[in-house]
Amino acid sequence: MLAPERIWWKPLHRYEKSWLIVAFVFCVFLTVMMPLWYFTGRQNVPVETYRVTPEQFMQLTEDFTKKYQVSDINGAPVVAPPPNSDVFMVGRRWQWYPIVQLQKGQVYRLHLSSLDLQHGFSLQPNNLNLQVLPGYDYVATIVPTQAGEYSVICNEFCQIGHHLMTGRIIVTE
Amino acid sequence: MTAVTMPQTLGKANFRTCPVTALKVDVAAERLIIANAVAAVVFLAIGGLGALLISLTRWQAIHLLPADWFYRLVTAHGFDMLVAWIVFFEIAGLYFGSTILLNARQVLPKVAWFAFALMAAGAVLTNVIVLMGLADVMFTAYVPLKAHPLFYLGIILFAVGALVAVILFFGNLVTAKREGRYTGSMPLMTYGLMTAAILAVYTLISGALAYVPAFLWSLGLIPEVDPGIYRNLFWSFGHPAQQINLAAMVSVWYALAAMTVGATPLNEKFSRLAFVLYILFINLGSAHHLLTDPGPSFAWKATNTSYAMYLAVLGSLIHAFSIPGAIEVAQRRKGFTRGAFEWLRKGPWREPGFSSLVLSMVLFGWVGGVTGVVIGTEQINMLAHNTLRIPGHFHATVVSGTTLAFMGLTYYLIPLIFRREVKLKKWASWQPYVFGIGMLLVSIGMIGAGLQGAPRRHWDITFTNSPLAASLPGATQITLAIMGVGAVIAIVGGIMYVSVVLISILTGKRTEPSRLTLVMAQANPLVEDAIPNQNKEVHGKLTPRGTIILTFSFLGFLMAYYLFNWWLLGRAWFIR
Ligand code: HEM
Ligand SMILES: [Cu+2]
Ligand SMILES: [Cu+2]
Repeated sequence: MLAPERIWWKPLHRYEKSWLIVAFVFCVFLTVMMPLWYFTGRQNVPVETYRVTPEQFMQLTEDFTKKYQVSDINGAPVVAPPPNSDVFMVGRRWQWYPIVQLQKGQVYRLHLSSLDLQHGFSLQPNNLNLQVLPGYDYVATIVPTQAGEYSVICNEFCQIGHHLMTGRIIVTE
Repeated sequence: MTAVTMPQTLGKANFRTCPVTALKVDVAAERLIIANAVAAVVFLAIGGLGALLISLTRWQAIHLLPADWFYRLVTAHGFDMLVAWIVFFEIAGLYFGSTILLNARQVLPKVAWFAFALMAAGAVLTNVIVLMGLADVMFTAYVPLKAHPLFYLGIILFAVGALVAVILFFGNLVTAKREGRYTGSMPLMTYGLMTAAILAVYTLISGALAYVPAFLWSLGLIPEVDPGIYRNLFWSFGHPAQQINLAAMVSVWYALAAMTVGATPLNEKFSRLAFVLYILFINLGSAHHLLTDPGPSFAWKATNTSYAMYLAVLGSLIHAFSIPGAIEVAQRRKGFTRGAFEWLRKGPWREPGFSSLVLSMVLFGWVGGVTGVVIGTEQINMLAHNTLRIPGHFHATVVSGTTLAFMGLTYYLIPLIFRREVKLKKWASWQPYVFGIGMLLVSIGMIGAGLQGAPRRHWDITFTNSPLAASLPGATQITLAIMGVGAVIAIVGGIMYVSVVLISILTGKRTEPSRLTLVMAQANPLVEDAIPNQNKEVHGKLTPRGTIILTFSFLGFLMAYYLFNWWLLGRAWFIR
């Protein structure tokens, strides 16, 4: 703790050397895992992003809803797009809109954006979480792998109704 | 001991000599240290009250506060703890490391008081605005969430004050060197603090780049701030700020090890190399918070989140060996050489400096470090982003780690700097355990809830009033209860700490200290035992065998949790 001598440039102890090497190899392993999963794994963070204004995105969502609506739950439209299509879900205070119905094992391009504040897209119980920002169209290419009813909750604070903000994705066989 | 004797009147400063360490203490520096440390403890107490109330709200069975006060107090708690408590304490530490440890004087004490005033005014202003309900935005204040302009102004004032103090720290170092106040190299603690200070300059500038436009925007002077760019700038400040805490904490670890068992670094090169790795690589860490953001590419995220090949993690792994190793060798020198762990069993466990050091290291490493490496992995972050796993992680790092280490150090500042007798020594002996165990439960409870998807900063995970029902697994109720129980225990530990500090400095007898330790038999390990380690000696019975076992088990545990998380991710929907 007090000032040491100037000559502290001593060789490492045997244990220090072996720990340093093992630790370094471990760090290399951690580094390699990410690109490895990127090229071979099936769950990767989406990167596809476009600029969009809230008005444009709302328009796209309305058009999408009109085109594929099949029913409604408590007044909220349930929309069932065909596989391989573009799906739009908007976050706004305090709702994920609309409710989406997908088929298990099919591919969809899920567009996410916000009309007002930042929101957190949080799919439960699957527990996949993405940040949603106004002005950005974030495109996740997804394949639902199990059927069932999934909740979408908001996990970015978006003012006083934050804990009320929910949505739903229904996956059919 | 290589401190040189120096005429008391050299320079303009007014020195006294510490009877315990023989260090020269500049009285001006001492007063500044006292002011900053007291401010830190006051904000810790305020933040702690907030902690109790928000924990009892998130404990779903109790659900104490209404929603608006919950969000308000999460905002206040985040600011008071992460910004006010930690930074005030660090500034006290910077003055300590750059003057007292070097026998040196404080340059420009008036400017230092001005810095203190700015910080205090900023912190009070921000608190008032938040508690008035004018800034329910969380301390991150993500645009386009808008707070009252004075909220940003308060934070900017605080940051400017801190920046001035950091510059004075460098001024102290240069002056100490020029005036020849110390011989040999800068002590390791000061070296670590210098690492922290270098990071701080970079950090505070990024902070200005984020907050100043937000401030102007809140005044209506600029039309908008891009939310993606704001996040990037904010975390270029917010994340490196955590590395400042890390570097400061590691410095305190070396100091506590020296003070309680007379540990000296096994190898100065090894330890200093680790600090250099921090300076070089750790600033890349802002990406941790942007891993699931729209915008950046995979290459950008992966490179930045791993600090270019996890080299800053390597720095921490080096300290993870070298500090316990130093303790082990010091203990073995005293004859505790039986088996791999006699040195640890026979440690001064009732001495708060020692127990807080060990608990801080264990909780920081095994809980905070492990979860940090895992959730900082680009793809795995999708499972953790904005869930309670995040506060679970940092309550293990900056609370169980940094805060506990700072608490431990405070007990020694009371006799040495405040020159008051420590009251309630029994409480001080127990306090690290109470706080440490409480925080362990808080972290585990949060991480457990987060693993099941429970969001952070959320008033009601039962979604009772939502138009569209949603639910989380029932076991989240149990993990949140674990968090709640832990919070109550930790709060008791916090109250014990604040009581010992305040009662000692307000009612403790004014005395010149005669010993360094509080309760252990040995009076001054720092001076009596601190034998610089020569490599050739650290053989045979002195070899740190226990440490190597501990560090390898740590690596095994980290590996297991890491692979478990890849497995979890592999079960999720396909996404790209
Ligand atoms: C007795 C000790 C403490 C307890 C029980 C406690 C508890 C909590 C709880 C329950 C939350 C809210 C989590 C959420 O809903 O997202 C929280 C947030 C937080 N705590 Fe603590 N805490 C304690 C001490 C500290 C300390 C000492 C620090 C910093 C050094 C700290 C830093 C933070 C931060 C930065 C947040 C995040 C605020 C935000 O999300 O904006 N806490 N804490
Ligand atoms: Cu929201
Ligand atoms: Cu929200």
